[in-house]
Amino acid sequence: MSRFDFDVAHLLAGSLVLISILELYQDRLYSLLNVYALHALILAASVAWQALVQDAPHLYLTAAIALVFKAIVIPVALHRMIVQLGIHREIEKVVGVGAAMLAGMGLVALSMVVMLRVTHNADPLAQEDLAFALSVVLLGLLMMVTRRNAVSQVIGFMSLENGLVLAATGAKGMPLVVEISVAFSILIAFIVIGIFLFRIRERFDTVDLQALDRFRGERR
Amino acid sequence: MTFDALTGVLLIPALAAALLAVLPGYRMTARLNIVATTATLICAASLFFRRPPNGPYLLVDDLNATFIVLTTFVGFTTSVFSASYIGHELETGRLTPPFVRFYHAMYQVLMFAMNLALIANNIGLMWVAIELATLTTVLMVGIYRTHEALEAAWKYFILGSVGIALALFGTILVYMAARPVVGEGLDAMVWTVLVKRAGDFDPALLDLAFVFLLLGYGTKVGLAPLHAWLPDAHAEGPTPISAVLSGLLLNVALYALLRFKMLLAVNAGALAPGPLMVTLGLISLVFAAFMLYRRRDIKRMFAYSSIEHMGIITFAFGMGGPIANFAGLLHMTMHSLTKSAIFFAVGHITQVKGTQRIADMGGLTETHPTLGWGLILGVVAIAGLPPLGIFMSEFLVVSSTFARAPMLAIILVFGLLVALGGLFLQINGVAFGEPRGPSAKAQASYVPMFAHLTLVLAAGIYLPPALVAWFQNVAGLLG
Repeated sequence: MSRFDFDVAHLLAGSLVLISILELYQDRLYSLLNVYALHALILAASVAWQALVQDAPHLYLTAAIALVFKAIVIPVALHRMIVQLGIHREIEKVVGVGAAMLAGMGLVALSMVVMLRVTHNADPLAQEDLAFALSVVLLGLLMMVTRRNAVSQVIGFMSLENGLVLAATGAKGMPLVVEISVAFSILIAFIVIGIFLFRIRERFDTVDLQALDRFRGERR
Repeated sequence: MTFDALTGVLLIPALAAALLAVLPGYRMTARLNIVATTATLICAASLFFRRPPNGPYLLVDDLNATFIVLTTFVGFTTSVFSASYIGHELETGRLTPPFVRFYHAMYQVLMFAMNLALIANNIGLMWVAIELATLTTVLMVGIYRTHEALEAAWKYFILGSVGIALALFGTILVYMAARPVVGEGLDAMVWTVLVKRAGDFDPALLDLAFVFLLLGYGTKVGLAPLHAWLPDAHAEGPTPISAVLSGLLLNVALYALLRFKMLLAVNAGALAPGPLMVTLGLISLVFAAFMLYRRRDIKRMFAYSSIEHMGIITFAFGMGGPIANFAGLLHMTMHSLTKSAIFFAVGHITQVKGTQRIADMGGLTETHPTLGWGLILGVVAIAGLPPLGIFMSEFLVVSSTFARAPMLAIILVFGLLVALGGLFLQINGVAFGEPRGPSAKAQASYVPMFAHLTLVLAAGIYLPPALVAWFQNVAGLLG
């Protein structure tokens, strides 16, 4: 693989991590959604680049799914949902921006240390891809625990899945089964989430999960 | 494709799900549900006699044949219980006909997903199947549309998804470890190929993969501290689903973990997965045992009991070796049978009493002797008292541990005793004393409950040599 190929892949995967960190400190739902769309867009570019470099045409399909479904369809749908529910106000966070950013940096450092040491035998591209992918996954998890709003938790979950796609495409020659399944699972997950959001709305007039916490079984 | 038993256990639930999704009428669909699970059970049982060859996607060996037969059997008895349970829910208006249709279709999809996860030879396919099973149960847990049910379903969905995501990352890492040895493409995800070549994999990658898989599938097994979804999901969903969750789905996730444990066992340089599993198992056991005391919701209490028993099973498999593995397998089988029997009893009890609060029920042995004594028998079994089956498996776990690691055995026995105390303290008020709550006659189907309990009792008194030999053989496979 030429130096240039490697650099571009590196740039794209690194940008994904950066955008994950951007997501951490968005405090409005609309801007969070836009940043997520950018996340998916970069993912699509990254996957397409891998397809080109690895000469694996089936990866273009994964890239197309990322582009159409994750970067366009879901953000648009969620956008409309936010308008309908009237919840475009600020997002309630469990921890402050500063703490979340520090934790995020810690997680990125952790995944670099862990993955680069473990994968030293793999080729450099896969090695860095996996390290970046783990960062994206962990940042997605962090976002899910630092947000209370159901929509932003869902966005955290979807960027986590983006990290998984990055890992799956970085693993050269991994059978298509998995890529399709990843895309498929997001589709299903989205439907499920959509149903839930509307049901939650029906019942509670809010999508703030704190409202749900009141109904904990033990406090009846 | 020719029709064989493997296609049977997949095709029958899939077709039944499609049919049940469109057919109206509760009586007919409930019967169809039973017919489908019966047919699946027959197909599964035939795996003992005749097996199709293993392909790149599907696999049968002695290990998963055991799991499949257990799964389809409990799936069958639960469908019988579910018919009377759901009928009652329809009468009281907690469920409407469209929801019942949805429920039956989802029940079959769940059976399909669990069977697929068990017979998958491809680790990617196995992951997909477990994900499907998770999503199905999420939908079922939320089916009542109450505050609590929605919260439970949401929590289950979020935690389950995170677990499933971590498991996928682990699966990708396994592929990465396999690729330099096996080569690119499909083969590097086929379990039978992996297990042959795992000796040459990069141990560090394999270790890391197992940590992710343990966290991911461990969430689905309900191991503490990853268990937070489990009590809510058990308490708020329909009771047949609690029975299937506890009795089957937790096992399926554990099965996935065992497959990867077998991979690591082949590799000399990789870490021993045993201590990790032992630690998580003991934490779950002791934690859940203490949690039994303060529960106010009866289904929630038995959900904690499931965490406790999954802890014991994980502990036994973590210890490894022929006796501990044998005990683990036996315990898993006994726990599935007993816990689903308990949920059958609890399902009817909560319907009669109209509540799940332990404080609002009492004197069941007076008002509903069959249900009350059935519940007591179940609790005696699950607490591990002789002469029932769980006593025997727990005894084997404890005695084999005493021989190898006495300190661990002390913690284990301590946890078991705490759990025993908690269960009896709680159940005392429910079964005996002043009758509380409504005492209308129960429209119950007692057959599934007593069938399970009879099996557990029989296994406690006499284990047929053929069964012992079979379990020993499977325990040998697990290493």
